[in-house]
Amino acid sequence: MHGATYAEARCALENGETSCEALVSSFLDRIEKKNPELNAFLRVDAEASLDRARTLDEERAHGNYRELTGMVVGVKDVICRKDHLLTCGSRMLSEFKSLYTATAIERLEQAGAIMIGATNCDEFAMGSSNELSHFGPVANPHDPSRVPGGSSGGSAAAVASGLCHTALGTDTGGSIRQPAAFCGVVGLKPTYGRVSRYGLVAYASSFDCIGPFANGIKDAFRVLRVISGADPRDATSANAEPPKDSDPDGSSLSGLRVGLPQEFLDEGLDENIRGAVTQTANTLQSMGAEVIDVSLPMTEYGIAAYYVLVTAEASSNLARYDGVRYGFRAEAASLREMYEASRSGGFGAEVKRRIMLGTYVLSAGYYESYYERAQRVRRLIWNDFDQAFSKVDVLLTPTTPTTAFKLGEKMDDPLQMYLSDVYTVTANLAGIPAISIPTRTDKAGLPVGIQLLAPAFEEGRLLRVGGAIENATSD
Amino acid sequence: MAISIEEVTRVAELARLRFSEEELRRMAGELEKILEYVRKLEEIDTSDVVPMTHVHDDFGTLREDRVEPRISRDEALSNAPDTDGKFFRVPKVIE
Repeated sequence: MHGATYAEARCALENGETSCEALVSSFLDRIEKKNPELNAFLRVDAEASLDRARTLDEERAHGNYRELTGMVVGVKDVICRKDHLLTCGSRMLSEFKSLYTATAIERLEQAGAIMIGATNCDEFAMGSSNELSHFGPVANPHDPSRVPGGSSGGSAAAVASGLCHTALGTDTGGSIRQPAAFCGVVGLKPTYGRVSRYGLVAYASSFDCIGPFANGIKDAFRVLRVISGADPRDATSANAEPPKDSDPDGSSLSGLRVGLPQEFLDEGLDENIRGAVTQTANTLQSMGAEVIDVSLPMTEYGIAAYYVLVTAEASSNLARYDGVRYGFRAEAASLREMYEASRSGGFGAEVKRRIMLGTYVLSAGYYESYYERAQRVRRLIWNDFDQAFSKVDVLLTPTTPTTAFKLGEKMDDPLQMYLSDVYTVTANLAGIPAISIPTRTDKAGLPVGIQLLAPAFEEGRLLRVGGAIENATSD
Repeated sequence: MAISIEEVTRVAELARLRFSEEELRRMAGELEKILEYVRKLEEIDTSDVVPMTHVHDDFGTLREDRVEPRISRDEALSNAPDTDGKFFRVPKVIE
């Protein structure tokens, strides 16, 4: 399975072999054919996308190209577009319409990209399998009996099956990288603060990141360059120079130090995935890089610290859904009963579980022993990475402990579901950038992803090393 | 240290969520299982570690504190389940 790249479409546009309208039409056809089985798109803006494509074609007729002219993008349904529905995969917001547009979308549109529709996701981006959407699960394009990963499963499946060039997802604890690995596409989680969160529905505000899915590293970085940068409407956004388009083709990796964290290669790891990491390390070595074993001893505490902190932040962020100003309302005799009935009826089981856990760890008597302790461990995890990056330039790890699991397999055991994020959450705890890159498929034909991590604001290293891996894999 | 049904009920009240008896029992079991896992954090000596609230040392995109037009009253009310045209309407608060 190989989806379409924007890089190829761009050449075809510039050579006059296609038009933006033709690109959109062909994606709409594919969506019509494939989406009933996949359920990757929740809504498709056919007419508006075609109109927009025609406008861009008029610009092209005058020789005017923008950075992303004609790139067709799917948008995870947690990112606002003015006057469009925004459901967050939840009954709570099933009729909600955005009042404004997210900065990331605004920047994509200014650059000439076309938003073709909204992609499915776990409710409020909470989940690792995309089975927790109010609007039904998403199927893995490689095997419809398996999950696409989550929470950005719709975006990953859409890009993997060629329903759009790229898609936006969000990554709070692996929600871009894990589905990218399960679906065999590139998934990039930028440095925390690299991309404005304005217009992203808040889940855990000190973790949430918007990032791209793409069929290839170059497409992913094209999107990143456009959506990144400081934004007065998000005080945590950073004014850092985005990575330039380095051309990694054939370049030597001499002098580059790649760290292999031993804690990510323990006995829980699928042998095929271990093989992909080893093979990738060998490839990088053959290109001149030095591969060094490193240790991140706090890794085993990542999931525990993560679930305390994100559920605490979620319980606070989701307090706004009270049936008063927007969202689902259940009728009741008193205000208090209306709050409870609306929240209980509007939220699904996992969202309620996380709100409960978060409320518990923040409640009197437990704050110090759970929440504050987890904040301290967060710093220790940050320190682990800081020390590792004093010895190496990038880290190479598996993205996930297993390939895509069966639908329903982990639905009765929340903790087992949480543990599928074991290799991805630490990057969010430390706020550093990371990327999942498809390498091989296992015997069952399921994609295997590897992960690269870099220090904060050093996405350029992911582009350089990831590009080298991509070239070696496609040979 | 198992979580009691009373404790789960208290947390549900704080979170403005309502559960049936059976849901409360299941929630108590699930929370206990997750918290038991989370308590592995107690293995680490964190007494000298400063809690981390933000991942970057310096951050902050500041702007002038200036009122800017954002959304109109009509827009603000447009998603509301119930309004009187000017205000959000809710069930009676005072008995």
